[in-house]
Amino acid sequence: MPQHDYIELHQKRFGKRLDTEERARKKAARQPHELAEKAQNLKGLKAKMFNKERFKEKALMKKQMLAHEEKDIEVNVEDVKDGAVPTYLLDREQQQQSKVLTNMLKQKRQEKAGKWDVPIAKVKQMSEGEMFQVIESGKRKQKSWKRRINKVCFVPETFTRKPPKFERYIRPTGLRFKKANVTHPELKTTFSLPLLGVKKNPQSALYTTLGVITKGTVVEVNVSELGLVTQTGKVIWSKYAQVTNNPELDGCINATLLV
Amino acid sequence: MDQTKKKIKPNQITLLAPDTRVFVTLINPYGEEAQKSLELSVNTTKQELQSILQQLVKTEEDQVYSFFHNNIELLDTLNQLIASDPEYKLENTFSLTYHPQSLFRIQPITRQTAALEGHEQPVLCVQFKTHGDILATGSGDTTIRLWDMLTETPIATLQGHKNWVLCLAWSPDCKYIASGSHDGQVCIWDVQTNQLKGQPLKGHTKWVTSIAWQPMHLDEECTLVASSSKDGCIRIWSRISLSCLIVINAHQKAITKMLWGGQGYIYSASEDTTIGVWNKTGKRVQELKGHGHWVNSIALHTDYTIRCACFSEGNTDINTKQAKVFYDKILNGKNERLVSASDDQTLMLWEYTSSKPKVRMTGHQQQVNHVQFSPDGRYIVSASFDKSLRIWDGYNGTWIATLRGHVGSVYQVSWSSDSRYMLSASKDSTLKLWSLQKKKLAFDLPGHADEVYAVDWAPIGGEKAGSGGKDRRVKIWRH
Repeated sequence: MPQHDYIELHQKRFGKRLDTEERARKKAARQPHELAEKAQNLKGLKAKMFNKERFKEKALMKKQMLAHEEKDIEVNVEDVKDGAVPTYLLDREQQQQSKVLTNMLKQKRQEKAGKWDVPIAKVKQMSEGEMFQVIESGKRKQKSWKRRINKVCFVPETFTRKPPKFERYIRPTGLRFKKANVTHPELKTTFSLPLLGVKKNPQSALYTTLGVITKGTVVEVNVSELGLVTQTGKVIWSKYAQVTNNPELDGCINATLLV
Repeated sequence: MDQTKKKIKPNQITLLAPDTRVFVTLINPYGEEAQKSLELSVNTTKQELQSILQQLVKTEEDQVYSFFHNNIELLDTLNQLIASDPEYKLENTFSLTYHPQSLFRIQPITRQTAALEGHEQPVLCVQFKTHGDILATGSGDTTIRLWDMLTETPIATLQGHKNWVLCLAWSPDCKYIASGSHDGQVCIWDVQTNQLKGQPLKGHTKWVTSIAWQPMHLDEECTLVASSSKDGCIRIWSRISLSCLIVINAHQKAITKMLWGGQGYIYSASEDTTIGVWNKTGKRVQELKGHGHWVNSIALHTDYTIRCACFSEGNTDINTKQAKVFYDKILNGKNERLVSASDDQTLMLWEYTSSKPKVRMTGHQQQVNHVQFSPDGRYIVSASFDKSLRIWDGYNGTWIATLRGHVGSVYQVSWSSDSRYMLSASKDSTLKLWSLQKKKLAFDLPGHADEVYAVDWAPIGGEKAGSGGKDRRVKIWRH
């Protein structure tokens, strides 16, 4: 093995021998004979190693020869894939809408039973101190029957406050939200949908009536922009979703749609 | 009568005295005047006008006409129509456009009669045999199924394709079906024996997008069928020798739709925004340029006539002379009108003689997916991804009405054979029946569980319509 490129240097400086091509050709022509002699005469471990290499080479060659011989190869032998679409949709990337919807009767029954298959089944218990902030009132700040809600809440459009003198629960406007970022679990896309109401807060029924939204709350969202239709032909415009984050910490309500 | 009373408010009617006479000119649908003006009494009714017109134009005795002035229809007397036009003065001639109306009436489709199971993958294309007694459906499970419409049961499953069956077309004499698949193969099936004729025809390198047979009045034997593909080529195959006769390298990009017109030209709409007009020897006759984005669909005003002209209701005989007669009648001495729908949200009206469009029709807010001429060639309806359908005048392309009601993109649309109703199939899994006269929704047809991909209304007979979609069911609908 040459230790440096002195051979190439010499060839560049002085040129090659005049018969180099012929000599190389003849050497290559002798190779198969030499290999055959080796294969027949080698013994022992060397024979084993040589035979292994030769076997691999022969297998490769056979495959190539077969490939050359076959004339009627079907170039694109594709398996029949799922998700057949007609010609006008083939070149388009379409959002796939999961269309098998639960029908109205099933939904009504579930509502009655109060059973819901929700992603977040159990929620950590929240103490009252965490939820409410005691607000002192009165001339000497001795009355402490007012409470301010520290969590995000939802108030309906027609909401008007009770007279400040009488309202026990204060819902600060900074913590009132109208929209939620709802993710469809199968499509894996998120939409910003307006809220319609709070269905159930797992902490307490009181929080449900107040409209407090914490992690695990089931809310009702307006899904008319998704364009879903039942099998009877009616357009679905509201669905339930469960809140998956702590809205008072993030500043937004993230929920997953309950399909 | 009640309709007219609702339209004209009481304080706006200025009816002329019953004995006044007006000058009327009758104008044919193309805008040419029939004769010099006639002097008629103001109380002329529709029936009287029809008999006058029949004498003037010398048509068959049973042809019924409807009369319009500025797109308002004449319902009882001429007086009402004159009153609706506030700018008309007695000295001017009153222009009345007449349109031939179809004699028969198709009953609207109201209910589903069958949900046919069998396909294992979404149903991609649906087409009735011209007489409406057999329905052929092609699907992603590589089979074509034939369904008998009298009993609403399956007849046969045609297997031979190796990939999704994307498009199929009945031959003009309805003895053969040609179908194209996702791997570029075209198969010709003999319907009388329900067998594949020969071998699948190979040649296209990418999927086949549409198939069209040569019209019957050009060739009685129906030997030639053309197929277009995503690879931009049109191949003309012979049914008898089962070989490719001509390859036309039509476009650089995919061909989305191809039609074989009655004047012998092949129209190909492509994703390279142009429409090519070719004759069957492969030579390019014209290149229609004008769109700004992919051309999705094209339609000819003689489409329905080419499909059905050789048949008549009642018997299954093929009458090739009748095919020529009906075709000449609808052509009326002019050229075929072509309308194209594109991703650039516009439609264009063309004639093959000029490479510039005659009319550009705008209004849709998203891609226009499908366009169809009405069977009498008077109206065009376009279905778009903006969830609406629009009706346009078939002669000059003016917008007539927008039909809203779908909550998802509208994929396909089909006309009833009397041009009075339209059926639309949409992504929101419903079909909707629209009335042309009232320009609004007539019936809502829910029932599919998923997107509806294809719809067809039986051409002759017109009793049934069939639809197929992603839920793998083929549904039959009737009155």
